[in-house]
Amino acid sequence: MKFSQVMTNSGEWLRGEGPHHQVVVSSRVRLARNLRDRAFPGWAKKAERTQVLEQIRPHVEGLSEMQDSFSELLQDLSALEKQVLVERHLISREHAAKGVGSAVIMNRRQTLSIMINEEDHLRMQSIRSGLQLKNAFKLVDKVDSTLEHKLDIAYDQRLGYLTACPTNVGTGMRASAMLHLPGLVLSDLINQVIQAVNKIGLAVRGLYGEGTEAMGNLFQISNQTTLGEKEEEIISRLTKVIETIIEKEHDARQMLTQKKPDTLSDQIGRAYGVLTYAHAMTSKEALNLLSIMKLGVDLGAFPEERRLPIDELFIETQPAHLQKASQQKLNAEERDYLRAEIIRARLKLFPKPDMDKVAREREDQPPSDSNHHE
Amino acid sequence: MLCDVCKCNDASVFLTQILEGKMQKVNLCDACSKEKGVQDPTGFALADLLLGIGAAEEIEKGATSQKCPVCGFTQADFKKTGRLGCSACYQTFGEGLDSLLKAMHKGTEHVGKLPERAARQMQLSDKMRVLNDSLRKAVAEENYETAASLRDQIKRLEHEMAS
Ligand SMILES: [Zn+2]
Ligand SMILES: [Zn+2]
Repeated sequence: MKFSQVMTNSGEWLRGEGPHHQVVVSSRVRLARNLRDRAFPGWAKKAERTQVLEQIRPHVEGLSEMQDSFSELLQDLSALEKQVLVERHLISREHAAKGVGSAVIMNRRQTLSIMINEEDHLRMQSIRSGLQLKNAFKLVDKVDSTLEHKLDIAYDQRLGYLTACPTNVGTGMRASAMLHLPGLVLSDLINQVIQAVNKIGLAVRGLYGEGTEAMGNLFQISNQTTLGEKEEEIISRLTKVIETIIEKEHDARQMLTQKKPDTLSDQIGRAYGVLTYAHAMTSKEALNLLSIMKLGVDLGAFPEERRLPIDELFIETQPAHLQKASQQKLNAEERDYLRAEIIRARLKLFPKPDMDKVAREREDQPPSDSNHHE
Repeated sequence: MLCDVCKCNDASVFLTQILEGKMQKVNLCDACSKEKGVQDPTGFALADLLLGIGAAEEIEKGATSQKCPVCGFTQADFKKTGRLGCSACYQTFGEGLDSLLKAMHKGTEHVGKLPERAARQMQLSDKMRVLNDSLRKAVAEENYETAASLRDQIKRLEHEMAS
């Protein structure tokens, strides 16, 4: 599979069909593994790194999950291509900085991506749309069990899987979900939620930026500790907390439609207006306005079939995606023009927001809907 | 937010450190920050804190020359990068690491996935222990025929364990 196919294929998680996809954009689980008694990538000399890579790569490519996979050495990818993979969450920012001795292999559906010689010899990640941490774990766990028959994995009876950074030792697992929380941000409840979640040993951070400054109202929640708790326990604890946050987000949205319908109409109307007519737009502004449009779809202000173009714009308007699609290197100003152009084109035939529908749907909410008819 | 060290008081000292492009945060309560001697968060290495100041001092006094026999990594390297050199480093720097792991994690022992290979090794070493016990007993009882048969079994098991 070639890079161009990675570009044209948007990846399963982006199409947003998973459970609770209105609030949970994607779920990810990654496992860190290393070969026994071989220097970790950060400490290994180039020759040893390459050796480890050559030892691991054929086994990864040979996985049944990796038929027709995309497999590249990092040194053979351009800076722009690496950045595209980062924007799709298929490789980490750290991995994109790697060159000789590192590789990435991912499946066609882009649900499984394996980095060789990132911070650890192996970083295996599964990414699914919506709240599907269990399914994501099932996939990487299976891949891990297959690989451990072929490779001598560093494992200690007391400490579990041994990793380059002591923060990952034990399960080597980081489970995370990307949440879209415009309701909690607009009602100023987000910091409260973040603090409460931090208190129970989970990490929440803005996907781009921190707290209320988080761009696009996107937040990532993940486990902080990896030692002393079973994988399944970590995942079910995280899932429960996410379910609570989903409830809080829905409550906040309902509050907004009931108590501040004018603020909400104004926000959605402005987002629609600016995105439809602007000729220059930064990445930050685009993310924030697209977030409000997404909320508009969730609330019924835009028809459901308009969801996909909005979701896709979140990724397509990222700097590397813009440049890769336009086949040229662009400076920030040129990117802002192109970004606005792409958004305008996508929203050309977009219907105006129907705020009356939002109000009607609110009235349809139980328990006050007994004699209400459309 | 609770203190990362004692996990019971509210944290009032917040430390952030960028290590190889990754941000690490430590939150401490008043008491723990004093106990750890954190006065100036800026001139402070997170690895030191997590290792426990005591451990760091010990390392500086005696064990600076301690080197991982497998990969050549030293404590000083760990202080610089916050990462270890290879899987054997966990054994080499075991003591200092234990307090670090205690401060970072929920527990100090892995209770999760057991790789099949490790599970099999554990089974085999259990079996080996039983055979060795029997052998000792057989020798003590001067039961040489049994002892010879046990030695054969041990040899076969050793072979199996090495493969
Ligand atoms: Zn404390
Ligand atoms: Zn070592």
